[in-house]
Amino acid sequence: MSLIEITDVRKSYGTNEVLKGINLDVEPGEVIAIIGKSGSGKSTLLRCINGLETISQGSISVAGAQLMNDEVHLKALRLKVGMIFQQFNLFPHLTVGGNVMLSQMVVKKTPKPQAEAMARKMLERVGLSQKFDAYPDELSGGQQQRVAIARALAMQPIALLCDEITSALDPELVAEVLAVVRELAAEGMTLLMVTHEMKFARDVCSRVVFMHQGRVHEIGRPEEVFANPQTPELKQFLGLH
Amino acid sequence: MNYQFEFGWLFEYYPQILKGIAITLELIAIGGVAGISLGIVCAWVRALGPAWARRIVAAYVELIRNTPFLIQLFFIFFGLPSLGLQLSELQAANLAMVVNLGAYSSEIIRAGIQATPRGQFEAGASLAMSPFETFRHVVLVPSLERIWPALSSQVVIVMLGSAVVSQIAAEDLTFAANFIQSRTFRAFEAYIVSTAVYLVLAILLRQTLSMVGGLIFPRRAAR
Amino acid sequence: MIEFTIWDILRNLLLATRWTIVLSLVSFAGGGMVGLALLFLRISRRKWLRGLAKYYIELFQGTPLLMQLFIAFFGLGLFGIDVPAWLAAGLALIFWTAAFLGEIWRGCVEAIAKGQWEASASLGIGRLQQMRYVILPQAMRIAVPPTVGFSVQVIKGTALTSIIGFVELSKAGTVVTNATFQPFTVYGLVALIYFALCWPLSKSSQILERKLNVAHRNH
Repeated sequence: MSLIEITDVRKSYGTNEVLKGINLDVEPGEVIAIIGKSGSGKSTLLRCINGLETISQGSISVAGAQLMNDEVHLKALRLKVGMIFQQFNLFPHLTVGGNVMLSQMVVKKTPKPQAEAMARKMLERVGLSQKFDAYPDELSGGQQQRVAIARALAMQPIALLCDEITSALDPELVAEVLAVVRELAAEGMTLLMVTHEMKFARDVCSRVVFMHQGRVHEIGRPEEVFANPQTPELKQFLGLH
Repeated sequence: MNYQFEFGWLFEYYPQILKGIAITLELIAIGGVAGISLGIVCAWVRALGPAWARRIVAAYVELIRNTPFLIQLFFIFFGLPSLGLQLSELQAANLAMVVNLGAYSSEIIRAGIQATPRGQFEAGASLAMSPFETFRHVVLVPSLERIWPALSSQVVIVMLGSAVVSQIAAEDLTFAANFIQSRTFRAFEAYIVSTAVYLVLAILLRQTLSMVGGLIFPRRAAR
Repeated sequence: MIEFTIWDILRNLLLATRWTIVLSLVSFAGGGMVGLALLFLRISRRKWLRGLAKYYIELFQGTPLLMQLFIAFFGLGLFGIDVPAWLAAGLALIFWTAAFLGEIWRGCVEAIAKGQWEASASLGIGRLQQMRYVILPQAMRIAVPPTVGFSVQVIKGTALTSIIGFVELSKAGTVVTNATFQPFTVYGLVALIYFALCWPLSKSSQILERKLNVAHRNH
């Protein structure tokens, strides 16, 4: 059984169908890059997996937890998949440590000392242990995004969804975030990332999904997809003619 | 104008004034804390509650915001006993202030909640928090921080508005002024003095609220 | 004992409502004029004029309207004038309204970007003309919703004039209550009449503001 099973998922906003039947199975430890033009549905797909968007048809399950639209099932699913956003979405009123501790304490009812120990460990992992007491607006974008990663990791998810996590960053800050992701991949974390970093996708990912007009247009190992694109759309997207 | 100002009565009547100040402060302390709490609950219902509850809260807010505080006070003090709810002057004054501030503050707080970036709700959800947990731990504090100045102004307005509770014989600062003027026939002086006291109270209350804001929102004080 | 029907009560209240409306209109119009003068003082280039307007506004916004009414009522008497309640009520409400409108409008004038001042100054127009042709027309557009919104506060403010003996809706409520011993019904009706006066204004203020926001977004 695959870790994440996406079966015939469709999603419409009114009459506009943005996902037109997506099938994708992700094995444990896989690192998948989802690429495609804006509007191709790649972010929507990611958001559907975490229940931030409700799907119109089809099914999604993560490690046996079925995506359903009620609080109990959503919670069970979200405990298994973490999500990192383009805009970081750190909680501005909490310190870095507070950000990483909050959901452990609120959702998992972890006692404060354990939550703090976990927070310190995760911040250490992303190289920010010295920023425990800083507020998010005192950090650079790259640091904020690393805190967001630590925050998601502190919930001990079995997979992470990364939605264009470097797109809002200044170019010189992209590398520090990607280095963290690269490490996670090396440790065997299952990752699903929407990204524009083609070099990163080529180096790190086990599979690349090219989405076009709401469908999985091409899928394969990075060396195949990048070196030998089959469809004119992918060729055009990659800048080959 | 051949009027001789006379403030000598102050020496005799200052205990009344002090007592009046104490009652006014007590009213705004209770009214402020309970009113803002009620406002938070109502704002939460209006932002995230079920449709029927939202309608009830909306009706309450509109009703209060579109009728004078004096009439709300009279209705509570004179009208409610016919429903079997007999309140003392101070209880009625307190209740009226809570109900009044609750309605105004819920609108102010709701504006703060609506200004919350969508990503904050999504981040809460993605961390497996329920909508209520996200509201309580993620949305509420920054929302309050955003509208704290407006909320503070409203509390000051309600404090000044509380002058009318003297009309149901709650013994606040205005009641003291009325009492003194009826004894000394120094109406103008009595009201000038109490007006000045209200002005000072308003300034102090504003500063206190700003300090309270600094305590509740440490990030703001740090800047 | 005489029996009063709901209709008797309502008729008396509605008759008194006329005075609530008249006083509201007078206060709003008078307050608007004084408020405009305050606005010009508040944005004047002379520091002491700005200071004067600022302290005026802080004084009237920092003290209870009820106290202002008392002082107008008793204070004017010191000048040997026999002050009828309607005069004290009207004057106090006008000066109180002016303070709030002046401050609301100042906010609107300041919201019109500084760039507008500079652009019009670079065209060589004088300050008054800038106000007249550039700033005010824009400020007025954004001033409409909060001004309409404040008219609700004025109507509600008139209720306090009952305390110095001006007979309007609230006073009538007290008088009728004393005659009928039906406070629940009477004050309930009084509240409903105020609501009927205020709610349309509140609602239109909200709608106007929403329209303005939409218009802004489309710019």
